[in-house]
Amino acid sequence: MSKEILIIDDSPSVRRMVAMTLQQEGYEVTQCEDGAEGLDTAKAKRFDMVITDQNMPNMTGIEFIQAYRNDPSSSGVPIIFLSTESEGDLKSQAKAAGALGWVMKPFEQAKLLAVVKKVVG
Amino acid sequence: MIDEETQEIFRQETEALIESLQECLLQLNSTPEDMDLVTQVFRDLHTLKGTGAMFGFARLAEFIHDFEAAFEQVRSGNAVVTPDLIAVSLKAYDLIVALLEGEDPAAEKDAELKAALSAATSGDAAPAAAEAEVVEEAAAEAKGEIEGWKLRYKLPPEFMEIGGNPVAILEELLEIGGPDTKVEAIVDGLPALAELKPNELHTAWELLLPADADEEEIRDVFMFHEDSMELELTAIRAAAPAAVEVAEAEVTVEEAPAAETAKAEAPKADTKKPAAKKSGSANVQMRVSAERLDDIMDRVGELVIAEARLSDLAQKLNDPNLTEVVEDIRRLALGLRDTTMAIRLTPLSSITGRFQRLAHDLAGKTGKDFDFVIEGEETELDKTVIEKLSDPLVHILRNAVDHGLEDNDTRVAAGKPARGTVRLKASYSGADVLISVQDDGKGLDPDFILGRAIDRGLVSADANLSRGEIFQLLMAPGFSTAEQVTDLSGRGVGTDVVKSTVEALRGSVEIESELGAGSSFTLRLPLTLAIIDGLLLQVGEDRYTVPLAAVEGIVEEPEAIRDGSDPTTTVELREKLISIMRLREIFETGGERAEFPKVVLVRTGDQQIGLAVDRIIGSYQTVIKQLSPMHSRLNVFSGATILGDGDVALIVDVAQLVKAQGLDQDGKEQAA
Repeated sequence: MSKEILIIDDSPSVRRMVAMTLQQEGYEVTQCEDGAEGLDTAKAKRFDMVITDQNMPNMTGIEFIQAYRNDPSSSGVPIIFLSTESEGDLKSQAKAAGALGWVMKPFEQAKLLAVVKKVVG
Repeated sequence: MIDEETQEIFRQETEALIESLQECLLQLNSTPEDMDLVTQVFRDLHTLKGTGAMFGFARLAEFIHDFEAAFEQVRSGNAVVTPDLIAVSLKAYDLIVALLEGEDPAAEKDAELKAALSAATSGDAAPAAAEAEVVEEAAAEAKGEIEGWKLRYKLPPEFMEIGGNPVAILEELLEIGGPDTKVEAIVDGLPALAELKPNELHTAWELLLPADADEEEIRDVFMFHEDSMELELTAIRAAAPAAVEVAEAEVTVEEAPAAETAKAEAPKADTKKPAAKKSGSANVQMRVSAERLDDIMDRVGELVIAEARLSDLAQKLNDPNLTEVVEDIRRLALGLRDTTMAIRLTPLSSITGRFQRLAHDLAGKTGKDFDFVIEGEETELDKTVIEKLSDPLVHILRNAVDHGLEDNDTRVAAGKPARGTVRLKASYSGADVLISVQDDGKGLDPDFILGRAIDRGLVSADANLSRGEIFQLLMAPGFSTAEQVTDLSGRGVGTDVVKSTVEALRGSVEIESELGAGSSFTLRLPLTLAIIDGLLLQVGEDRYTVPLAAVEGIVEEPEAIRDGSDPTTTVELREKLISIMRLREIFETGGERAEFPKVVLVRTGDQQIGLAVDRIIGSYQTVIKQLSPMHSRLNVFSGATILGDGDVALIVDVAQLVKAQGLDQDGKEQAA
């Protein structure tokens, strides 16, 4: 069965690019536009991995991670945090909140895939 | 691989972002303390940077990085929004637009603007920020050749809880070390069974990797966890020292994915293409190419015509079963028509950003302080209309500020508020949309305009023109002259082009002005270009259509005017004097006169006019077909439509017909 990945990002083009990259490799991708929508989706169904952006309306990425990790259903679900280079300290905040790792924007598709493969196999 | 659709989404997304960015910057100019706007600017920049970088706009991302940093200063309270900052930001915005459009402005511009941005938010004028950061690469240390690695690590206890897989880590290390790798688990740190939580990880590992792997490659296995785990990594070196080349850090990461993914990556030049191709569609949610939309519209038009033919046929056959099906098809066709037209509608707000920017720039250039107010920007118009309106509106807006508004001192002396107001207003009026630009400036002087028009030979000296006609002269080709050209208004399209553009869209321009109080230019435009509800009329042997939205009533033709044969006449109807146009006489059609002819009351501008016709056939879905270029000078017809039986009916442009018959209220022959 193919692995299911949830991607949360308010930018449609980034979301689509991530989704396409992953779908080409046979992953199943669900997309959400912000942290709040992502939280509902992640709680409703267990994903093999969640990728979230930081800067989004309604709920930021870190707020999402905190809220999701407060829910027992998140146990064992890896979260990858998308971050830009200017947000160095956010990386550690995201980790403290319960992210497994991060990918720096801009990322190359190959790099993203490498991380995803490493995390979910 | 970035496909075309993704690039299109990127293009639309960035268009919306830069539009929002500009709007926020302009709003910040008047409300510099609005932190929500600052946050929005920051967020827009941030998203632009992130997506831009991913789509290959490295220079853009780098530039925005500093732009964003300036607003971070404001956001964190270390700096405030000043007119200076807004001015620089708008220039920075221009650079962003240029870069997104694939232009290649001089590189100094980036540095210059970065310095200015940093100066505007730090009070420090030194262009320190402009200097490129020099990243020093660690030089390779020439030590003894590496034969292997000794490794001891302990992952954070919550590692599994947050989705990590310790086995996967071991497997990765084994892959680096090969089959001869020695592994030992160290369970000293394991708590007593009673305290052990099954999700927590307490095991440490010691490995001996017999491989000359790069240190980075091994550290990469722990990529996210290095700062929250214990890791001891010692190189086992051979005795003889030799120079080692440091491999690129990226290599390890690039190894994992399939080769095709790496190959498929689009080259940078390609990803820039969609942004360079600039089209007007700014609606983020629309993901259909304009061509396809036009195609659908065409087909829906054909469908509506076919449906009309079917209706005709059903009526003749008078079969109830067929009639029922025809009714259904009719309902569906009309629904489809409405939906298709709605798809093409775009709110005016999709182009108002550039007007705000223009107003801001005009204020700076002319030194005139004024408020720019936009009302009704949610008003929707056909996409094609909106695109074509941008230039004319820019022209009118420039004129309003440049020629309309007085400078602040003159205003005060005239007893007006020092700050002028320019209003861009959009609203619906029946099947039309009205877009007006109003200023409270000095107004137009009809005598001056008439004098100039006579000088230019546009009208004869003894012409008896109404006020409205005189104002229309402003838009006559050749009225505007070099004398009048200023830095602001003398560029781009002329006022005559405004008129011809609007008329090409089946619209009209109305000018009103009060000397000393201000002027308004109103563009009246049809809501859609393709299909209208029409009223089909029989006149002699021919059929004509008028837009149903213009029709206000139908009455029996009064006996009093039945026998006349002048093209126009006047009659008292419902206690009002109304001008009547006899279409039979005007269009010189033959055929029998009807026994009970009718008068259709139509509204044009502020005037009600009667059209004398033989018979009202009924309302009719009118798919507008343009007249051939050969007939395009027949401006009393706005087009033609094909009827169910294959005949052609001309669409009467009531306003033009009224004008051609000299019945317009401003005209010489006042009707009443």
